[in-house]
Amino acid sequence: MLKITGLHARVEEKEILKGINLEVKPGEVHAIMGPNGSGKSTLASVLAGREDFEVTGGSIEYMGQDLLEMEPEERAREGVFLAFQYPVEIPGVSTTNFLKTALNQVRQHKGKDPLDAVAFLKMMKEKMKLVEIDQSLLSRSLNEGFSGGEKKRNEIFQMAMLEPTLAILDETDSGLDIDALRIVANGVNALRNQDNATIVVTHYQRLLDYIVPDFVHVLYNGRIVKSGSKELALELEEKGYDWIKETVDATA
Amino acid sequence: MSLEQAFIDYIKDREATINGQGSTDWHQRRRTAFTDFEKLGFPAKKNEEYRYTPISRALEREFGESVTLESPVDSTSVQELLDEIIPSDVDAHVLVFVNGKFQSTLSSSKTLPDGVIVTTLSEAYQTHTDLISQYFAQQTAEPTDSFVALNTAIAQEGLFVYAPKNVVVETPILAYFISDTSSGTSVATPRNLYIAEKSSKVSVVESFHTVGEKASYQNAVSEIWVDANASLHYTKLQPESKQAYHTGTTEVYQARDSRFTGVTISLQGAMLRNNLNIALDDENCESHMYGLYMLDGKSHVDNHTAVDHRKPNSFSNELYKGIMDDQSKGVFNGKIYVRQDAQKTNAFQSNANILLTDEASIDTKPQLEIWADDVKCSHGATTGQIDKEQLFYLRTRGMSRDQATAILLRAFAGDVLENIELDFIREQVENVIDQRLNSNF
Repeated sequence: MLKITGLHARVEEKEILKGINLEVKPGEVHAIMGPNGSGKSTLASVLAGREDFEVTGGSIEYMGQDLLEMEPEERAREGVFLAFQYPVEIPGVSTTNFLKTALNQVRQHKGKDPLDAVAFLKMMKEKMKLVEIDQSLLSRSLNEGFSGGEKKRNEIFQMAMLEPTLAILDETDSGLDIDALRIVANGVNALRNQDNATIVVTHYQRLLDYIVPDFVHVLYNGRIVKSGSKELALELEEKGYDWIKETVDATA
Repeated sequence: MSLEQAFIDYIKDREATINGQGSTDWHQRRRTAFTDFEKLGFPAKKNEEYRYTPISRALEREFGESVTLESPVDSTSVQELLDEIIPSDVDAHVLVFVNGKFQSTLSSSKTLPDGVIVTTLSEAYQTHTDLISQYFAQQTAEPTDSFVALNTAIAQEGLFVYAPKNVVVETPILAYFISDTSSGTSVATPRNLYIAEKSSKVSVVESFHTVGEKASYQNAVSEIWVDANASLHYTKLQPESKQAYHTGTTEVYQARDSRFTGVTISLQGAMLRNNLNIALDDENCESHMYGLYMLDGKSHVDNHTAVDHRKPNSFSNELYKGIMDDQSKGVFNGKIYVRQDAQKTNAFQSNANILLTDEASIDTKPQLEIWADDVKCSHGATTGQIDKEQLFYLRTRGMSRDQATAILLRAFAGDVLENIELDFIREQVENVIDQRLNSNF
């Protein structure tokens, strides 16, 4: 589904990604872990098409297409979804109205008819249960005045509505208490199937108790320096990121 | 010949032919205003109030060569415009003025509560002389603005609305001021007078349009009286043409416990200047001022507002927003006066702008003069671009750049537009945002 080869990216003059290789197949969950500043969020942003980053080398193939050639909205319509680390507040735009426009845009792209108000509301009610989000929150301006947990739940709610093929969760767990984390993780798990894939970017192993990954990759200094099964996350938790830093810096 | 001189000659000609009205007190006010205008002339280049809007020069350039103060009307093209902008099932009184003349065949009315008067100024001169004598040109008796003096000196035609004590006028009153330039430039000076008596309520919309490709100029003045505990909702719309020039002043007088809301929406125009002056002359008055100027091309719109808190315990709130594309230019000047007597005043002002290109510009200036010592006043002005982070967020959810921009601009304009009372008007303004984005707004 996704094949990243030798990806280099920089912001302004600073090189952040220095040759990432990663392959994701349908049905898989990949966790990307790493210390702060290792390039995790940059990778997530580049996948979603953020323009602040300049890709200076390598390629990303997604469903047989060149992802880097696609505008952010084309990626979204083709099923790429980024759950933001810091979801922006957009005053004056209600989540409900915004999602209706977004959803129908994606449906139109897939050659489906737009949902009418009734069908849309029915779908919304279903998905709201999944992330235990309140109706009143959705009629308010998008993320405006939401708590951290409410913002993250709203991201997963949008993901549930848009039913992406490839979901990228950028530190969705940061700043969440255990109850909120459980809710978010349940939502993600409920959406998993054989045809979609998830990339979970996280700093903490805790999330992976709830979203069990098939693969864990450790990103450090712009490269994936270690890959393994879910046990790698536990080892990381135990030994800390310094263990990775020391190993890598010693061999460098 | 100059436009200034053409106006002077026009007024002198009329003075010679006037019958019966010459001795009335209100005609004396017109004469005084004429003397003022002769003295003042159009604002000079260094006039501080018109510093960013050199309208005198523009008017002489566009209209000075050959002035027609009473252009012919092509009712077919006006009818086409009206069919396009007014829904057939609209529940409102509609009065249409074209090139300064009232068009009864294009207008329509609904049943009014007893005592309510909705008519033309020229008719009111004949049939409601007591009200004219009491109210006409009483707020503009000492004009310092030459365009107001000019308008008062002519003051021939316009909308006249009177709501008697305790009457709620449910049906809104819509006045369309149309410049028909199909057979040449058009110049008009509409004069409106709205009176809301004690505890009454009324809503008036003025909409300024130009049909045809030639240049138009309207110099409008609206005098508004809001008596004790009355409410008046006022909307001024300018979906003008690219060739339209406008100078307009709305003078509002508020008595005790009264409420006034003004919404000013400007979408296009060669050079439009709006003055909104509000006198809060007693306690517990409430004033809301909302404005949106959404411009493209070379449009130039200047909003000057002045709120005069004269007595204690009143409230005013102002929110003006601008979206400027291409080489358009916005000007905002907001004055707040709090007199020594006006303790416990709450006065707030905000002006926010989005510039969509490097060539668009805004000159914004808050001006607060406070003589009382126990007041709450605040003001703020911001200018920026479309928030890139918000734009990216919407695009990652599948919206195109244009769609996302439209959503963000609509949201930006939303807290101004929500104050437009009539749904069809609000929708028309929102549609303009979408249309412009589809044509490289």
